[in-house]
Amino acid sequence: MSTHDPHSDVVVHGEGELPDRFDDPGLHEHKPRQADVDPKVAKRVERQVLFLFTLSILGTIGVVWAYFALPPGETPDSMRTSNVVLGVCLALSLLGIGIGGNHYIKVLMSNREYVEERHEQRSSDETREIAVQMLKDGAQDSGLSRRGALVGAGLTALALFPLAIVVPLIGNVGEDWNVRKFKHTMWKKGTRLATDPQGRPIKASDVTIGDVWHVIPDGLNELEHGKLDEKAKAIVLLVRLDPRDLKSDQSPAGETWGYDGIVAYSKVCTHVGCPVALYEQQTHHLLCPCHQSTFDVADACKVVFGPAKRPLPQLPITVDDEGYLVAQSDFHEPVGPSFWERATK
Amino acid sequence: MKALAARRHDRRAPALLLLLALLLVGGAYAVLVPSSADAATTKTATADDVATGEKLFQANCATCHGASASGTASAPSLIGVGAAAVDFQVGTGRMPMQSDGPQAPSKPVVFDDEQISQLAAYVASLGVGPAIPTEDMVDPSKGDPANGMALFRTNCAMCHNAVGAGGALSQGKFAPNLWETTPTHIYEAMLTGPQSMPVFNDANLTPEEKRNIIAFIDEQGEVSPGGLDLGSIGPVSEGLWAWVVGLGLLIGISVWIGAKSS
Repeated sequence: MSTHDPHSDVVVHGEGELPDRFDDPGLHEHKPRQADVDPKVAKRVERQVLFLFTLSILGTIGVVWAYFALPPGETPDSMRTSNVVLGVCLALSLLGIGIGGNHYIKVLMSNREYVEERHEQRSSDETREIAVQMLKDGAQDSGLSRRGALVGAGLTALALFPLAIVVPLIGNVGEDWNVRKFKHTMWKKGTRLATDPQGRPIKASDVTIGDVWHVIPDGLNELEHGKLDEKAKAIVLLVRLDPRDLKSDQSPAGETWGYDGIVAYSKVCTHVGCPVALYEQQTHHLLCPCHQSTFDVADACKVVFGPAKRPLPQLPITVDDEGYLVAQSDFHEPVGPSFWERATK
Repeated sequence: MKALAARRHDRRAPALLLLLALLLVGGAYAVLVPSSADAATTKTATADDVATGEKLFQANCATCHGASASGTASAPSLIGVGAAAVDFQVGTGRMPMQSDGPQAPSKPVVFDDEQISQLAAYVASLGVGPAIPTEDMVDPSKGDPANGMALFRTNCAMCHNAVGAGGALSQGKFAPNLWETTPTHIYEAMLTGPQSMPVFNDANLTPEEKRNIIAFIDEQGEVSPGGLDLGSIGPVSEGLWAWVVGLGLLIGISVWIGAKSS
């Protein structure tokens, strides 16, 4: 029993009756296209392709013209005009060729199917024997079979050569492998808190409730080397909360790390190190723009949402004799995301 | 599903897909673009203004803020918020609040300039607070946009986007686009910290630095050198465009190239 499904070319036999070989289904029935039978359609398509190619030619001329006639210039307006005209002309020039060529191939070019039979892949026994003999003779001629040390040395040289590329390549990755630098920042006892980027020291009396201050250590702007590296670790966010809203301005050990409702936290996210700086004044929530980790500033910057796993490290602050905010010490833990050696001292 | 799978081969399918993608982008743009705010002018207040302002306050604001403006469970106290806060909140249409929500968005202004200044005069008479800045303090042509950019990047860009196009906060709140906001309202917002926004007092950003920031914002949002800026909101609209429209177009063209001609 066998049925023929008109939607496929596979002959389906009854269950358990698989044939040894499937029949060659042969070629599809050739269906002539509209353009093959109707000369009017063919003429129309020819005109369409002609139009598309002409469009491409005009596009190319347009690109060359715009390059000289519409330079980007100095104002946003002239830059936009230049960009848009160049872009549109370039698109016409390429799309004209692409769409026109495809349209021609699909509709006008002969689509009759042809079959070219392949010759047998296996060579004759005679040719195969000759080939094997030639290889054997060649090996004998080279004399390598008698010089084992030479083969060994040659192979070793080849195997070792990639090291000459790989070792310097890997050695240059990351430039600096001194991870101890992650554990300390510029902050130390008595460093004044200054505004970012101006570098003005901040007086405690200037900080009002509801404020947010972006803070760098005083003296950072005067650094000669590694200013950005130091800044990346030392940036701090300072806010003053109504003491009634503040749940904690103390260290885990109970020392006072804030000053009269003013608290300072590292701005480097403990997830992957983006600057956490979206501060919502009403909820006291601090958001990270990268993965939406949310920290509660009123409650020791504990994580209330998102992928971060640790609270933001707090910078212990106090005021000096002149009323300026100063650090009590460096952060008591490494700032930013986890790294392999973070826990070791 | 079978019918859908069969229709997939329809020659109109790529065009339909492209149309859908374009509609989606257009719709998202229309939803994301915030509405604009109107200008307000400043003038000196008289005792008369305070009296009229009080009447306006009792009629329009006292329901939430309390008859003495000292706040209720649903709205904050207005004592000491100053004329600047009133001019910002009422002058941008944020107040009176239309409905309870994550935040009060700017909308068509309810009061005219005179009424706003009378309301501001009344609230300012309740307690000392920030005053409305003068024209000179907010004139963008007198600021330094380059210095303003450095300050904006550190203090504002994380919420309001690098060019002031605005951005999302948590739970439906958002930082609005700043391009249509008047210089006076920008200044007042920095000074008073409306809603989720923190305060930037004159020690944090000096009046001159505030004017620099206004000068920087003034330079943004007009002409994009690259053509379409897709709202300048970064990877969201750009990704939508590249993945939906761009890839959709490529898939459509591939299907067209592979399809047999009729």
